[in-house]
Amino acid sequence: MKRLMLALSLTLSAAALTPAPVLAGATDTDEERAARWSEIKASIFGDRKVEASESAVKIDAPVRALDAALVPIGLTLADKDSVKGLYFIIDDNPSPYAAHFTFGPAADPGEIKMRVRVNNYTNVHAVVETKDGRLLESAKFVKASGGCSAPMGMSDEEAMKGMGEMRMKFVGDVQPGKPAEATLMVRHPNFSGMQMNQITRDYTPARYIQKLDVTYGDKLVFSLDGDISIASNPVINFAFKPEGQGPIKVVASDNQDGRWQHAFPVPAASN
Amino acid sequence: MNAPVTRRAALFGGFCLCCLPRAGFAVDAMTMEEVAPGTFIRRGFDAEATPENADGIANIGFIIGRDGVLVTESGGSLADGQWLRREIAQRTDKPIRYVMLTHVHPDHVFGAAAFRGDNPTFVGHASLRGALDARGAFYRQRLAEILGEERAGEVVYPTMEVKEGAEIDLGDRTLRLTAHGHAHTSCDLSMLDTGSGLLFPADLLFVGRIPSLDGSLLGWFKEIERLKAVGATDAVPGHGPTRVAFAPAMADLARYLSALRDETRKAVASSLPIETAVRTVALGEKDKWALFDTYNGRNVTQAYQELEWE
Repeated sequence: MKRLMLALSLTLSAAALTPAPVLAGATDTDEERAARWSEIKASIFGDRKVEASESAVKIDAPVRALDAALVPIGLTLADKDSVKGLYFIIDDNPSPYAAHFTFGPAADPGEIKMRVRVNNYTNVHAVVETKDGRLLESAKFVKASGGCSAPMGMSDEEAMKGMGEMRMKFVGDVQPGKPAEATLMVRHPNFSGMQMNQITRDYTPARYIQKLDVTYGDKLVFSLDGDISIASNPVINFAFKPEGQGPIKVVASDNQDGRWQHAFPVPAASN
Repeated sequence: MNAPVTRRAALFGGFCLCCLPRAGFAVDAMTMEEVAPGTFIRRGFDAEATPENADGIANIGFIIGRDGVLVTESGGSLADGQWLRREIAQRTDKPIRYVMLTHVHPDHVFGAAAFRGDNPTFVGHASLRGALDARGAFYRQRLAEILGEERAGEVVYPTMEVKEGAEIDLGDRTLRLTAHGHAHTSCDLSMLDTGSGLLFPADLLFVGRIPSLDGSLLGWFKEIERLKAVGATDAVPGHGPTRVAFAPAMADLARYLSALRDETRKAVASSLPIETAVRTVALGEKDKWALFDTYNGRNVTQAYQELEWE
């Protein structure tokens, strides 16, 4: 509920600023940004302590986004064996809480890549949750504007084509004892709820992937709670421990009861 | 945005703002060129939209036929469209019968509002309406932020929708329209003037200014073949000189798109991430196009998203 209210208040203030939201956020002071982050932190983590640690998680993001509707983000985790989960937050997005990964025993959580929308000049934060319950944050400033309200395609109908289709690409050979890299691609418009229809003056209702569960054999690789800040046609790069049996299974569900499931055979090691 | 004169704005199209007769709008300094008898085109600035250029960045113009005027492109804003309308009025008192809306991009549709009072037929691709639904309001808002509300214009919908092909008769000539598959955008409309033999490919042909990809890269190659099959010698590109020899200009465009396609495919195949690809793909084309740095990375982003699903 807290999160919903936060999203709402930010949306309203953005609306009040029209017609000049392009540079909104660009002029915020460091104090204002810090205050916003404190507010967001409290809404997500309550009164838990979040320690600054630039070394625990490194954020790779373009300083200035070429395409605000598709901003590539790389997160590198220093001490991957101690990691339980990973949060990614885009402070000035209408719904800042972008993604939460929970890693399972089949994960090799050294690096995660994904694509997000960035609506404004904003700080982005990554927060690592360790197995012993610590929260470690790092931040980066990104310049972009309009990613959430920018229409993604030419029409809603077109954006819905092939919804739920998936691909999995494996990088190189999968060899026992060596973490294997993979890229999961999901066709889904991930409507942000901020894209306006000109005739009805209505917004295309938010429709986004809420949950992605990736398992290998009977073990969890990761579970992702997603939100409207994930770019359309989500693509996630991750790594797993190639010790499972059988295919990698992906179950995706969205906030409108869409549910899709696919299984991908893991390529055998070529000797 | 109170952007005074940015460096980019000051450099476009061979014009430089400091040489303008007064500190007014650059669009006032533009001139029409008669590219064929009764066919007038204004070259757009090779720039992004600025308050000074009024988003007059596309090649716009008109054909004076026996029975009336056809506007080949309406302009990038209400201000740009009004300027074009004055240029028409200086040359003919025939009625403005048709206004082409060649695709959804703002530099090609926001001038249309200037012609509403003439009650013309607004002609667009059958998919233009949906595209305007999805993007019109967003484009208008962004344009208003740059030019101001009163100069931006309104979204105008087509009143004649072309599904595959259509013909327009201006008495002394026929205009043959083709609705294209996904290429530059999802709603590209081209036109052949049987009077002059000139092809109007709109933004399926960029000359000098880097093409922008917003539809389908692979689709664009297909539509290039269809345009070639028309057999026109000369064309009026959407951006660049007002009249060019079609074959070599299209060959340049195809060369860029090929570099974009082939190098993006390579990047996808070798798991080169998108953030690296935007910095490395098609760099061999860098010196050949205006605004390369502004658009190439975005084009790679588009191409990557299309080709990674191959």
